[in-house]
Amino acid sequence: MLQGWVIVTASFAYIGLLFCVAWFADRRAAAGRSVISNAWVYSLSLAVYATAWTFYGSVGRAATDGVGFLPIYLGPTLVMLLGWFMLRKMVRIARLNRTTSLADFVASRYGKSALVGGLVTVIAVIGILPYISLQLKAVSTSFQLLLGYPEIAMPAKAASLVVMQDTAFYVALFMALFAIAFGTRQLDAAERHEGMVAAIAFESIVKLVAFVAVGVYVAYFMYDGLGDIFEHAVSRPDLEVLMAPLGGAAGSYANWVWLTVLSMAAIVFLPRQFQMAVIENTDERHLRRAAWAFPLYMLAINVFVLPIAFGGLLHFPQGGVDADTFVLTLPMSQKAEGLALLVFIGGLSAATGMVIVETVALSTMICNDLVMPVLLRVRAFRLTEQRDLSSLLLDIRRASIVALLMGGYFYYLLAGEAYALVSIGLISFAAAAQFAPAVIGGLYWRGGTRLGALAGLVAGFSVWTYTLLLPAFAKSGWLAVELLERGPWGIELLRPTQLFGLAGLDQITHAMIWSMIANVGAYVIGSVARRQSAVEHAQATLFVDVYQQTGEPGSAWSGATSAAALQTLVGRFLGPGRAVELFTAYAKQRGVHGVDELEGDRELVRFAELQLAGTIGAASARTMVATVAREEPLGLEEVMTIIDEASQVIAYSHRLEEKQRELEAATQELKAANERLKELDRLKDDFISTVTHELRTPLTSIRAFSEILHDNPDLDPAERRRFLGLVIKESERLTRLINQVLDLAKIESGLAEWRPSELDLREIVLEAVNATSAIFKSRGVGVETRLAASVPAVMADRDRLMQVLLNLLSNAAKFCTPGTGRVEVRLTSGAGTIRVEVEDNGVGISPEDQALIFEKFRQVGDTLTDKPPGTGLGLAICRRIVDHFGGRLWVRSELGRGSVFSFDLPAPAAARRVANA
Amino acid sequence: MRKPSLRTYRVVALFLLACLLFNYPVLALFNVGATAVGVPVLYVYIFLAWAFTIVAAAVVIEGGN
Repeated sequence: MLQGWVIVTASFAYIGLLFCVAWFADRRAAAGRSVISNAWVYSLSLAVYATAWTFYGSVGRAATDGVGFLPIYLGPTLVMLLGWFMLRKMVRIARLNRTTSLADFVASRYGKSALVGGLVTVIAVIGILPYISLQLKAVSTSFQLLLGYPEIAMPAKAASLVVMQDTAFYVALFMALFAIAFGTRQLDAAERHEGMVAAIAFESIVKLVAFVAVGVYVAYFMYDGLGDIFEHAVSRPDLEVLMAPLGGAAGSYANWVWLTVLSMAAIVFLPRQFQMAVIENTDERHLRRAAWAFPLYMLAINVFVLPIAFGGLLHFPQGGVDADTFVLTLPMSQKAEGLALLVFIGGLSAATGMVIVETVALSTMICNDLVMPVLLRVRAFRLTEQRDLSSLLLDIRRASIVALLMGGYFYYLLAGEAYALVSIGLISFAAAAQFAPAVIGGLYWRGGTRLGALAGLVAGFSVWTYTLLLPAFAKSGWLAVELLERGPWGIELLRPTQLFGLAGLDQITHAMIWSMIANVGAYVIGSVARRQSAVEHAQATLFVDVYQQTGEPGSAWSGATSAAALQTLVGRFLGPGRAVELFTAYAKQRGVHGVDELEGDRELVRFAELQLAGTIGAASARTMVATVAREEPLGLEEVMTIIDEASQVIAYSHRLEEKQRELEAATQELKAANERLKELDRLKDDFISTVTHELRTPLTSIRAFSEILHDNPDLDPAERRRFLGLVIKESERLTRLINQVLDLAKIESGLAEWRPSELDLREIVLEAVNATSAIFKSRGVGVETRLAASVPAVMADRDRLMQVLLNLLSNAAKFCTPGTGRVEVRLTSGAGTIRVEVEDNGVGISPEDQALIFEKFRQVGDTLTDKPPGTGLGLAICRRIVDHFGGRLWVRSELGRGSVFSFDLPAPAAARRVANA
Repeated sequence: MRKPSLRTYRVVALFLLACLLFNYPVLALFNVGATAVGVPVLYVYIFLAWAFTIVAAAVVIEGGN
């Protein structure tokens, strides 16, 4: 049933379906309900990356070197991971500048230079032309194969055919019509093609379904699953090398790595990929989905490549069937007619998708960056006087598309048979990779200049031509093969495929290494050689710091023109009607009633330039606007001065900020110091008032008793004696208090006398217990000692230490209940310290009071109703004494359970040494 | 200059991991003639590592912060 008319009808039906999809999408877009504003559609549209080369060629390559085709798809997976950073930046820049193509993007970055744009266009066209011819070849080969059904016969060599009878020629013609219909129906200030994107996304589904269908058919209907295919393959000695193909003759690791790098560049810098990923992007957030959905697509379309390749090698053991055709010939050999037709349609969709997007992208570049700049500059054409140029623009694009496809066709005719599909594709990849240094450098390095970009592109493209294009021509017979074998003029060092003697690499790796060295080197050297011009500098900042910008970029236009002149200008390229629409909308946005009321200020000029840039590219737009508006006479020196001043101001403000931070810190410190001083002052006041109060109490009672004695001379002797006893007791208390206050003051002021000597703590503890035994006995409190047999001697003042112990012991006696009270004194020595503990089973101290008791005049208990005995200075003095000898005094206690007062004293170094020895 | 988010660091880390997975010498470890479930281990490894990268990318890039 696979007669010619069936195939042709199916093809046209398919293409008709594509038109319907595109028409539907355009209509929806016009209604404001875009179908392509969807992350899934965006991801699918990126799959235009998978061309007929993927569809047919991957299997061909897998049949010769196993996994060698995979880096082409792993590279994009890696890039898409970083897409959220790099691609998003490009999308943002493109949207702000109304970028229309890759050439426009690069030209815009390097000072809106028409020369850079033109150069990028030339490189892209020369580099991509073979790739287009590859698609034609794939479609025509598959068509002829299918036409030969049920025979499986390789088609005749293209050159032996007459052009008018060649399928490929008609394929090219149809594709041209198709691309014209999709890509150049109207001029749009945003240069977006909703219908085209929808159609491409649809095609991506078709080719995936077709390829997976063949894969499943081969793996599960022709063979018994994946394992079965490989089991058969292992038994074939000639296929064994494909089981572990890396590192051997089939492909080195260097080739693998360079192919990955190459495809990483291709996924961004092939004109069609840039068109889809950057220009046609409707929402930056879609990149998030695409970061994994697009790699998933590629994984899916590659899973069955190896099974099909091995299936083909097993099924056609005697050769004679090109591995590039296995996808089609395997179903044909099984008489699976429907599947074969589906495969043909799948291949057709892969090829048409690529050709449409590529030619639309390239035609935009040719029109905006090659033809228009020339036409606008050459006065003889008098183009600047034409009223409406919009149809001219469209015609130029249409002509470019036809020219591109005819160019592709003739390239195919002349050189297409020299290589397998994969080699041609890789040559184009390598050409696209030449844009990488200028674009990536331009995105992240403010210092990249126009001169550098030009130098890098020329150097990289020259090496590409020499190491890849010349050999391709030589192999096609256009040049003497001697050039490859012996080098130009017999100089072996200059052989194009082994430049400077670099051998042992495959051709693509070899070309990539040299072209990248030349490209990056020239870009950097050219960039640092000379200063940027003012426009270059402005554009560089605009690109590198795009995230720092808010709203529309600034402009260097002076406002010396009229709105009407600008509207006429825009109308000449976009059509007068569209211009009126745009300007009216703009006037409304600016809050005035009509275009007549708009002032020709710099914002309006900038607006007009952006509209034009979206149609004819940044470089031409600048030229055109310059015909009606004057550019600000801003010299390089002035711009540099402004920038220098700005950076000085920034540096100065940084220093100011730093100073301010330092000052703030100093203020904080001062505040804290002030707080401390205030606190100390308050404490001093408290101290004085407390001391005064404490002194007055005994004084008052002494005075009262003295007055009684004085006023009543006939007082009972026993009574008189009791009063005198009280006076003596109060006087003693007063003396003690004054002594302690003086003592504390001396210690605090550092005037106290210390007489340190080596002391045996055992002896002192025993003495102190003896001295206080009377108190304990009188209160009915038992006291026990538990002392280590021998402790190192300590350096301390004997009297002071005794004072501490006496104080702790008398405190313990005071707070114990008479009768049941028990006090234990312990002496232990640990690592480098000697510890004394006085434990009682008295009333205990609540946790919140434990810190307070060491402060002056702080006594536990309600000081109003229940005045505890003592002055409230004892523990404060003790702590200061222990501190002075380098020790520490603290308390552990629980209410109702008693307390343990402990202090550590450091054992002197001499004693520690003995203990350690 | 905004400080890069945690997500940014994760994506870069994943990128570096993927670079490692699809490169010498890791590939060389699997470049042996043996088969797993009837399929050469190199092929199994590459596709599994690829699938892992895609799933990890989906989780890291589209998942919540």
